Amino acid sequence: MNIYKLSFRNMSSRPLSTLLSLILLVLGVGMISLLLQVSKHVEEQMENNIKGIDMVIGAKGSPLQLILSAVYHIDVPTGNIPLEAAEQIRNNRFVEKGIPLSYGDSYNGFRIVGTNHEYPELYGGKVALGKLWQEPFEVTIGITVAQNLSLKLGDTFAGSHGLVAGGISHKDQQYKVVGILNYSNSVLDRLILTATESVWEIHHHEEDNIASKKKQKNHHSHGNEQEHDEHNDHLANADAEIHNEDESHHNDKLEEEHHEKAHQADREITAMLINFRSPIGVIQVPRMVNANTNMQAAVPLYEIRRLFSLMGVGIEMLSSIAIIIMGVSGLSVFISLYNALKNRQYEMVLMRSYGASRWYLVWHVVLEGLMLTTLGFILGIAFSRVGLFAISKLVQANYHYSFSNWNWLAEEGWLLASSLSIGLLAAILPAIRAFNLNISKTLSHA
Amino acid sequence: MFRTRSLFFAYNKHTSFHFPDIDLEAGENILVLGESGIGKTTYLHLMAGILKPKSGSAELMGKTYHELKSSQLDRFRGQYIGLIFQKPHFIHALSLEENLTLVQSLAHKKTDKNRIHQVLDDLGIIHHKSKKTYLLSQGEQQRAAIAMAVVNQPKLLLADEPTSSLDDKNCLKVANLLKEQAASTGAHLIIITHDQRLKSQFQNTIELQQLQKPVLN
Repeated sequence: MNIYKLSFRNMSSRPLSTLLSLILLVLGVGMISLLLQVSKHVEEQMENNIKGIDMVIGAKGSPLQLILSAVYHIDVPTGNIPLEAAEQIRNNRFVEKGIPLSYGDSYNGFRIVGTNHEYPELYGGKVALGKLWQEPFEVTIGITVAQNLSLKLGDTFAGSHGLVAGGISHKDQQYKVVGILNYSNSVLDRLILTATESVWEIHHHEEDNIASKKKQKNHHSHGNEQEHDEHNDHLANADAEIHNEDESHHNDKLEEEHHEKAHQADREITAMLINFRSPIGVIQVPRMVNANTNMQAAVPLYEIRRLFSLMGVGIEMLSSIAIIIMGVSGLSVFISLYNALKNRQYEMVLMRSYGASRWYLVWHVVLEGLMLTTLGFILGIAFSRVGLFAISKLVQANYHYSFSNWNWLAEEGWLLASSLSIGLLAAILPAIRAFNLNISKTLSHA
Repeated sequence: MFRTRSLFFAYNKHTSFHFPDIDLEAGENILVLGESGIGKTTYLHLMAGILKPKSGSAELMGKTYHELKSSQLDRFRGQYIGLIFQKPHFIHALSLEENLTLVQSLAHKKTDKNRIHQVLDDLGIIHHKSKKTYLLSQGEQQRAAIAMAVVNQPKLLLADEPTSSLDDKNCLKVANLLKEQAASTGAHLIIITHDQRLKSQFQNTIELQQLQKPVLN
């Protein structure tokens, strides 16, 4: 019968007080660990996706919304901006790189983003299978998309309007999967990337459909009138009719060319990710964009810091609650040990009578405190991982983000040290009492 | 061999005790009789090394153990002195067998299941070995306490009022059990009690009441 077994058996012989102490410890440790893990994952995701992006330009609106939609793809866009205006910013002397993003469609909840090859490069995205898109309507998909939708090379699908599942499907324009990206722990994992032209063409096609439907409607009524005229003046105006047909054909062609040019000029994107040549750009360009254009410029770093400071209040509050719970658990461990010692003083005396030294009793009491807090810590960490799993599932379902790395954090080492300290502190007073126990006096009062 | 010489203990200026000397040769037992408040338990605690005498000495197997350091004395007591208290005490979280295992480990001895089973068998409680001690009857608890005291094969077996709460039949039974166990381990048995029923069971008797009175300074 070693002292560890004895301490464990003593601990388990008073299940209610042990359970109460354990529940409090599990809650305290679990909450702190969960907050640490969630904060780490959120920060990691935020940092991974912000790399190389000094500024985002997009339609006027909330700058945080612009960052959340264009960088993290978890919010709806603020609107569209003219490509021409965005190009002007890209040509600014402070700008090193400008990556256009066009989005608004999705497939089963995963966003379809029209962009160029610089976008996957930005996050170090490597092609695992196939290739990057080369033509419009070719897509290269992130690993999470491939896994969740069971898409493979050569598969085709139609995107739907809107950023959530269930939008109107663009059935007549099929995308073809030509590549799957490796896991990058970035936003790429959950995006469907294609050429910007794909997005334009889909919406051009859509507009054309609407226009042709309108035209058909107009032509139909115009045709009736013409038929009527033809019927009346058929013989007299045969030559003029031939001339009119030629002119009409010529006009249609001109109209189409004009329409195409207008399309080119009206081409829009949703946002542009900007990387500056020098830090001066971050000071000058956003101010210039916001003051002189109809677009807005948002700096991800500022916005994310702002978001963190807002979130920080909540995290700090939860951390404080968890720390209080841990403190209460320490008190509970102390009461449990103190009462146990009070009830077991004859047992202690018995052990002394049979050869146990004073220090044996001290270690026995301290061990009980440490065992209780260690068990509470282990269960607390397990609780935190279960919580993390649940949150991960929730976030994955809503935003397609997942918490992939559940490793032990350095801060959790401190949490273990704190838990053990609580156990030690709670045991000190009962241990001193055990040390000073007077065998003779106690036995005489038995 | 066990002997005490001029043991003296004082709780305070007004309450102090001089105790008679005891000399026990191999196989000898002694009954110490005395009324309440005469210092019987103090005498037993001095002989057990639980209390340190103000003067005088006690010697077991040639060792004057009160001179030992505190931790050495604890170990000596664990290995060579067996104690039986008026009220049996056990570790409640443990079974009877585990209590005996603990007593062995406290004396820095290896767990000897054979010895434990032999003692429990001798005392007729082997079938209760897996039970928690609080589930045993009073008589069984008394025997379990004897098992705890003798499992390490002590050289001195000290019993404090072991029969005072028992009826005549059980009183005799316990006295015989103690004598048997002491004989089987080669220990000196010293029973300290006010129970006059035991007088006939022992050849050596000290009437503490007659010999000792509190010395008032």
